[in-house]
Order: sequence, then C-alpha cells, then structure tokens
Amino acid sequence: MKELLIIAIGSALVNNVVLSQFLGICPFLGVSKKVDTAAGMGGAVVFVITLASFVTAVINKFILANEAIMDGKLVYLQTIVFILVIACLVQFVEMFLKKSMPSLYQALGVYLPLITTNCAVLGVALTNVQKSYNILESIINGIGISVGFLVAIVILAGIREKMEYNDISESFRGTPIVLITSALMAIAFFGFSGLI
Amino acid sequence: MNGCTERLYNGLVKENPTFVLMLGMCPTLAVTTSAINGLGMGLSTTVVLVLSNMLISMLRKIIPDSVRVPAFIVVVASFVTIVQFLMEGFVPSLYASLGIYIPLIVVNCIILGRAESYASKNPVVLSIFDGIGMGLGFTVGLTAIGIVREIIGSGKIFGAQILPLADEAAGKAGYTPITIFILAPGAFLVLAGLTALQNKVKNNMAKKGKKAPESASCADGCASCTNGACGGKVFPTGNEE
Repeated sequence: MKELLIIAIGSALVNNVVLSQFLGICPFLGVSKKVDTAAGMGGAVVFVITLASFVTAVINKFILANEAIMDGKLVYLQTIVFILVIACLVQFVEMFLKKSMPSLYQALGVYLPLITTNCAVLGVALTNVQKSYNILESIINGIGISVGFLVAIVILAGIREKMEYNDISESFRGTPIVLITSALMAIAFFGFSGLI
Repeated sequence: MNGCTERLYNGLVKENPTFVLMLGMCPTLAVTTSAINGLGMGLSTTVVLVLSNMLISMLRKIIPDSVRVPAFIVVVASFVTIVQFLMEGFVPSLYASLGIYIPLIVVNCIILGRAESYASKNPVVLSIFDGIGMGLGFTVGLTAIGIVREIIGSGKIFGAQILPLADEAAGKAGYTPITIFILAPGAFLVLAGLTALQNKVKNNMAKKGKKAPESASCADGCASCTNGACGGKVFPTGNEE
C-alpha cells in the first residue's frame, strides 16, 4: 500500500509529466486557453491513460513477455504494439461513449482523437515496462501521471485567463509568455521534490 | 536550384521544424540539456525520418487511403525499433541519457507530418531529400538550443569547459553556472526567448512591409499539428459528421 502511494505521489507531483518529463507538451500549450476546455482535456487524458496503462500492462505481461510464447522474446515489439493498441483503444472508447454515454461523449468527445498522438500515453506505457511495474502498479502510475497532467493544465489555463488582459510586450505575446509561465510553474513544482 | 537542393533548403531554413514550424516540442524541450544530447536526438530522428519517408513514398500507391495513418505508424514504429536497438548496441551512453525519448520518436509530429504531407504524394528521391532537409533542420535546432543551455547552465560546449568556473575557496574569479538552465525550467525559458526573438523579427519585417515567412499551421505550438498531420482520426469509423 505504501509503495503504491509513493508511486502515485511521485508521478503526479514530484516527477510531473509535463513540467519535468516534458511529455504531452503539445496539448499543454495548445488547449490551455480556457479553464473549461483544459479541464475537459485533462479529464479525457485521465480516462485514456488509466485505461491504456491497464491494457498495455496486461498485453505486456500475458503476450509480449510471456515465457510460453516465443520464450518471452517478443518484448522488442513493444513500441509498435503499444502505439497501435493505444490508437485502437482511443477509437473504441470514442465509439463506445458515443453509443452508450452521450453526455460524457459531449464533454470529452472533441479531445479524444487528439490524445492518440499525445506522447504522454505512449510514454506512460513504456515507463511502466521500463520500471517493471506489475499491473496494479501500472494502473496507479497511470492515474498519478494523468492527474499530474490535469493539475498542470488547469493551473496554466487559470493563469492564462488572468493574463489575457495584461499588457505584455509585443514580442512576448502568445507562445513565449505561456512558456515563461510554464517555466515558473516548473520551478514551483521543484518544491515537491522533498516529498518522497 | 533543382528539386533536391530546394528540399534541403526548405527543411533547413524556410520551414525549419524547430524554429519556424515549432513541431516536435516534447523532445526539443526534454533532451536539450547538453549539445551532444540534442545532436544525438536530432540525428536519430533524421535517420528515422529519411527511412520512413523513403518507404512510405515507395508504398504510396499501394497503401489504401482509408488506412494510411495506421500504416504510416507501423512503418515509423518499425524504424524506430531498429534505431533503438542499434543505439543500445553501439552508443550505450547516449542511449541511456536519451532514455524513453528514443521510442517516443514514433509520436513525433514531424515524422507523421512529413509522411502525410510530403512523402505520400511525391517520388522517392525527392522524399528522401525532404527527410534529410527536415531532419537536419531539426538537428540544427536541437543542437543550437542544447549549446545555449549547456553554456549558461554549466559553461561547457559538447562537454568541453569553455568558460572557466569561479572557485571561491581558491579566490579565483570566473563564471558561476546558472544551473537552472540545465534543469526543467531552463528548457521553457530558452524556448520562450527563442520564440520571442522570432516574433520580434517577424514584427519588424511586417512593419517594413515585407511578407514574413509563413509560420505554417503550427503557430500554437503542436496542437494544430495533431489536428492536421495525424488527422485526429487514426481509423476512420465512417460515421463521423
């Protein structure tokens, strides 16, 4: 139990996926103009990463690293298998939500297709394997990482909403000031490094 | 200028993926802690880009349009796996310092973007040169950012000390490294400076009435390229609006 808590806090706050691992920078900078949309994107990411880390962990344990199949030598296929599984998974989730939970689809739908190319999802799947987490630890790590993403993108969106009316020098308008804001957030997140 | 050199010029200068298109931001920020890491990442991306452009261009008439993105992903992922094993075998130290970002070349928007927008429509030789140009443009970008961060953060270039360090105990004057630049926030700061500089150049050109170089579709960082290059939909379900 203690190990799981350490994994969760470590991946959510200490090694924040955006601010210290630099995964998922694209949606972090792109979809953070408003708190609502940022929270939507964050929610979709939590959903997909949790599911993806479960599915990829299962596939890795029972197919790729299974001694009974090819003496467990299939692990070299990880990158290919994981990216295809994630792409299919996102597609399935989208179709499933559309048919059975229209209200949730309304909220997350727009963001789901964008997530396939979010490197955080593949990144989580690969980190789980690299650190040889078991299935439960993989899921916890997935949840931790995606909650870290949600926290970071919502904070950035909040700051950007406030910043909209500020007088920013001409060259720094747009992306540069967002990057500087992220740098300050990254410095702030260093404060968590004493936590574990 | 013939077609091939035009592609090289296009990738290195006109549509430089790092400074003009702002594609592939994740590796740009993550691995540029030193010049050698940036160079290694840039070159491995170049290899994957050239090979995948070549193969996709060869297969462009065979791959059905409706499944082209998954097909591209499989091609790219295969080459990434090959490059990953070669690096693990021959340059283990670089492999260790780049770590997870090597397999993540698969989801680099530059590669899928070039496959989709260039290699799937053009002949093989031109696609290869497009890959070389774009790849070298990316390499130059990463190495430049790496050099800036390495000098400010530790006073070195490619691991060689060029700014003598201050030593208070010995009373020696010199440079005190600003360590934050080789840590995570430094990446954001350097990139912010570079994009601000680029904005300034663009604004000045606009004031003089010259047409500024196109910032393509990716003015908002990478978000729009996930829309464009990868089409959002990897497997068209057929019942979308």
